[in-house]
Amino acid sequence: MIHFVLLISRQGKVRLTKWYSPYSQKERSKVIRELSGVILSRGPKLSNFVEWRGYKVVYKRYASLYFCMCIDQDDNELEILEIIHHFVEILDRYFGSVCELDLIFNFHKAYYVLDEVLIAGELQESSKKTVARLIAAQDSLVETAKEQANSISNMIAQATK
Amino acid sequence: MALSGMRGLSVFISDVRNCPNKEQERVRVDKELGNIRTRFKNEKGLTPYEKKKYVWKMLYIYMLGYDVDFGHMEAVSLISAPKYPEKQVGYIVTSCLLNENHDFLRLAINTVRNDIIGRNETFQCLALTMVGNIGGREFAESLAPDVQKLLMLSSCRPLVRKKAALCLLRLYRKNPDVVNVDGWSDRMAQLLDERDLGVLTSVMSLLVALVSNNHDVYWSCLPKCVKILERLARNQDVPQEYTYYGIPSPWLQVKTMRALQYFPAIEDPNIRRSLFEVLQRILMGTDVVKNVNKNNASHAVLFEALALVMHLDAEKEMMSQCVALLGKFIAVREPNIRYLGLENMTRMLMVADVQDIIKRHQAQIITSLKDPDISIRRRALDLLYGMCDVTNAKDIVEELLQYLSTADFAMREELALKAAILAEKFAPDLSWYVDVILQLIDKAGDFVSDDIWFRVVQFVTNNEDLQPYAAAKAKEYMDKPALHETMVKVSAYLLGEYSHLLVRRPGCSPKEIFSIIHEKLPTVSTTTIPILLSTYAKIMMHTQPPDPELQDHIWAIFNKYESCIDVEIQQRAVEYFALSRKGAALMDILAEMPKFPERQSSLLKKAEDTEIDTAEQSAIKLRSQQQMSNALVVTDQRPSNGSLPVGQLSLVKMPSISSNADANAADEVLAHANGTLSKVDPQPATPSPDLLGDLLSPLAIEGPPGAAVSAQQNVVPGLEGVPNAADALALAPVGEQSNSIQPIGNIAERFHALCLKDSGVLYEDPYIQIGTKAEWRAHHGRLVLFLGNKNTSPLVSVKALILPPAHLKLELSLVPETIPPRAQVQCPLEVANLRPSRDLAVLDFSYMFGTTPVNVKLRLPAVLNKFLQPITLAGEEFFPQWRSLSGPPLKLQEVVRGVKPLSLPEMSNLFNSFHVVVAPGLDPNPNNLVASTTFFSESTRAMLCLIRVETDPSDRTQLRMTVASGDPILTYELKEFIKEQLISIPTPTPVPAVASAPAPTSPVNSVMDPGAMLAGLL
Repeated sequence: MIHFVLLISRQGKVRLTKWYSPYSQKERSKVIRELSGVILSRGPKLSNFVEWRGYKVVYKRYASLYFCMCIDQDDNELEILEIIHHFVEILDRYFGSVCELDLIFNFHKAYYVLDEVLIAGELQESSKKTVARLIAAQDSLVETAKEQANSISNMIAQATK
Repeated sequence: MALSGMRGLSVFISDVRNCPNKEQERVRVDKELGNIRTRFKNEKGLTPYEKKKYVWKMLYIYMLGYDVDFGHMEAVSLISAPKYPEKQVGYIVTSCLLNENHDFLRLAINTVRNDIIGRNETFQCLALTMVGNIGGREFAESLAPDVQKLLMLSSCRPLVRKKAALCLLRLYRKNPDVVNVDGWSDRMAQLLDERDLGVLTSVMSLLVALVSNNHDVYWSCLPKCVKILERLARNQDVPQEYTYYGIPSPWLQVKTMRALQYFPAIEDPNIRRSLFEVLQRILMGTDVVKNVNKNNASHAVLFEALALVMHLDAEKEMMSQCVALLGKFIAVREPNIRYLGLENMTRMLMVADVQDIIKRHQAQIITSLKDPDISIRRRALDLLYGMCDVTNAKDIVEELLQYLSTADFAMREELALKAAILAEKFAPDLSWYVDVILQLIDKAGDFVSDDIWFRVVQFVTNNEDLQPYAAAKAKEYMDKPALHETMVKVSAYLLGEYSHLLVRRPGCSPKEIFSIIHEKLPTVSTTTIPILLSTYAKIMMHTQPPDPELQDHIWAIFNKYESCIDVEIQQRAVEYFALSRKGAALMDILAEMPKFPERQSSLLKKAEDTEIDTAEQSAIKLRSQQQMSNALVVTDQRPSNGSLPVGQLSLVKMPSISSNADANAADEVLAHANGTLSKVDPQPATPSPDLLGDLLSPLAIEGPPGAAVSAQQNVVPGLEGVPNAADALALAPVGEQSNSIQPIGNIAERFHALCLKDSGVLYEDPYIQIGTKAEWRAHHGRLVLFLGNKNTSPLVSVKALILPPAHLKLELSLVPETIPPRAQVQCPLEVANLRPSRDLAVLDFSYMFGTTPVNVKLRLPAVLNKFLQPITLAGEEFFPQWRSLSGPPLKLQEVVRGVKPLSLPEMSNLFNSFHVVVAPGLDPNPNNLVASTTFFSESTRAMLCLIRVETDPSDRTQLRMTVASGDPILTYELKEFIKEQLISIPTPTPVPAVASAPAPTSPVNSVMDPGAMLAGLL
């Protein structure tokens, strides 16, 4: 299973974290510190796997961002590597050629998307189309609620004029 | 894509991003936290939109690494908001900020449950997602049935169903005891018929979790998994959106093959055939392509297929295909594939047949040891370690040593440890071993633990041939200018002990040796100086005739350290100085160290302790099963000084003559007992001693399977005539020794050792170690069983059953069904002794490792002598008691023949070891022994027992023994117990030979050869 997902920028800034195993706040910062040290210092053309404290971390760099997922020793590393790519493709389709800035200003959306891809540290949906459809449905639910709220407050505003 | 943003949030994020340095960022963040805190305090004025915005800001700040210790309540409370936008934020932020151990989550359980059982699909999804991501025990307790119902509901749409499956997976994985999955095999089989591949992926993950815990009940899922795999591999009926770079859902393929690896074997020939067809297609049909993602995905499937083939232990042809593939992989340019090739080759080592094929790739693997990627280097090191045996040890270890000089810091310790272990296990000769370790210390002294050089000293001390060589090597190193301190220690020790063997060589006079060692003294720390002082004392002792100049020099050094602040140094200096003035007596005091008792290599133990890597573990396991090199085995066979042979109820049968005599004697006793003592009746009659020997011998219980079977056939017919239930119990294990798992160490020896001490290992195999620790007080005892799982996967279906003899009341506390990975559980066993008896309690212990059931029956060391407490009596107390207990049944006398010949002090020690104290000088005849002890049981209370043994100096193999106590059963049992101890003769290991030999021959030899016996005893 995937124990956690980390998105770190080349400068070591955290862009997204998701923990599927219980880690306290302290442990979380320690893990991030340690792993960004290990992963950011790795050169290009090396494997995408790092052995770390009895776990394995599968990572891949996309432009300035490192996507990392921590798994058990005997999990299938390549499968996870392609989950990362699958997630990136979905983000790309959603934001339209995603860049780090998209993820910074819309980090909450990245969380929505991740929740449609992974649950309990396992892959939930392998169809990009289905994920895109579900996210769009959620977005429209939020939009509708906003419009409703606006129209109601408009009405109240008008009525109390 | 329009970003329906929150302006406040975006502004805050830009502000943080625009901060030129960390301090200003902190100022900005603190300001925002203060703002949020005040806004939350006055919650009434907060619109849902604002609340949502602040909660997001909190998450952002949290993500940046700042402590957010408030506002959890607000996040959780958003979950119960009526509208989707707020609820969504509540769920997501809660599952990011909190983990399953937070108390706040409890507040949300009701709302979450309402969302799950409610009709709103979008709410169901949110709730299932959160529980799936952070659900803990309380969630499992209150929500599992609802989630299970939802998963099976026919009206449940795919988007909800897949979430329900993973949510259930989480609850089950975390708390398998809480989630009731009885009867789920049918439901899982039904769920596997699902056509929607998204749902099927989630369901398959759930199945993996279920079968990994208990595959037995999910047999009906197996054919369905094979069907799904066929469907995907043939690309039949797979919608376009579920193909990934042209490959039908690689993830589902991987998961399905993972699930199949939890079933022990596939019996149905049709299913097996179709599965192998699919696997064959994957193995042969996977090509390297240009597109990275396609390549990764297809190789993910390929590696999983390899794992499944290894698991199914497929036909040889398929297996060699796999090795060929792996051989190709470890040489490709793509680093991921190289890494996985090495990793899987290490796993493959478990399949014994392929080792030779893997060895062909040795050169390539050694090249990987120099790979730029540390992950790959680690894999290569593990693989080399795993594939090393007597044939290639020299090459591999030398390669490792060479690599040590350039290896990065992070790997050196592991490298040094592994080189040391391999050198020890597979050394073609001992001088090579010494060479390797000295080189190791020279190159990586910082990483060579004391264990390693202690081991060198042990080997050298125990092998005379090696001593001059080792001393010469040590001198060579000492001649070098800069040395690691560990090298100074080991060289100084070796030169102190053995430099006199070099005395004829040039430059090796005592004086010269002394001066090269003494040169190093100013450079070493206080822990090394004591070793140097010992070395000086030894050199002085070996210098014959004494060299006054050298002597004065060394005395001066001792004088100098007499007032050293370090106690150890000071004490040695003072003592050596005083001792060295004793002249000739010095020779005795400082003589060479005696041979060390052979002990388990602490290196291997240490290696096992530090292992975490499963692949590595498999290699170590493999190691322990392999033949070791002959060079070291020779020393291993030396009888160990430490083990006390007294408790050994060995398999040696009595010589036929004395056996008959004893049988007669036993018959007499029996007749006696039956005739006069009705009380003895419940106590089963004792069969003749040689039969007893068979029953209690290690052979009958723990011999190798083949031998055990024949022994059983020999013994059973004899036994059937004997209505002796209790003794039959001791035999019970014989028939059931069909385990494929071999125990580590000799179970019988472990048991006998534990009869005389109170803590130690009772049983060990590659997966589990059972230790015991006992405390005995009067007739009560508490024996704690320590069940330690040595692996990184859980041991399941653990069962421990006590088969108690009639005289013991045994209560074993609950033994958990599952022992988590690398965990140890303690199970106390309360013991109460009701009556005197020599019968044994047996522990019937079983567990499953993966798919292998293991069952062992172990004798428990709750034996008669545990209820004895030593008591020393003076003559005036002893004799009145002795006289008052007159004649049978309270006082029994017997002539015992076939006793192992022991000197009187040895016999006293033997008696003392089971708490019977010999009172010296009470008996005027120096050939006799008088001893006493107190026995505790519920029926007898504390009862004094007196023993007198009259030995025959002209024939040590016979003696007359008299035992007296206030209870006839006790007298009889104690007499028999002591007799068992006296007539048992520990034999050297070759059990089967003795087993096949009929009674008279081999034991006679043993009895005839007291030298051999003494060797066994010491």
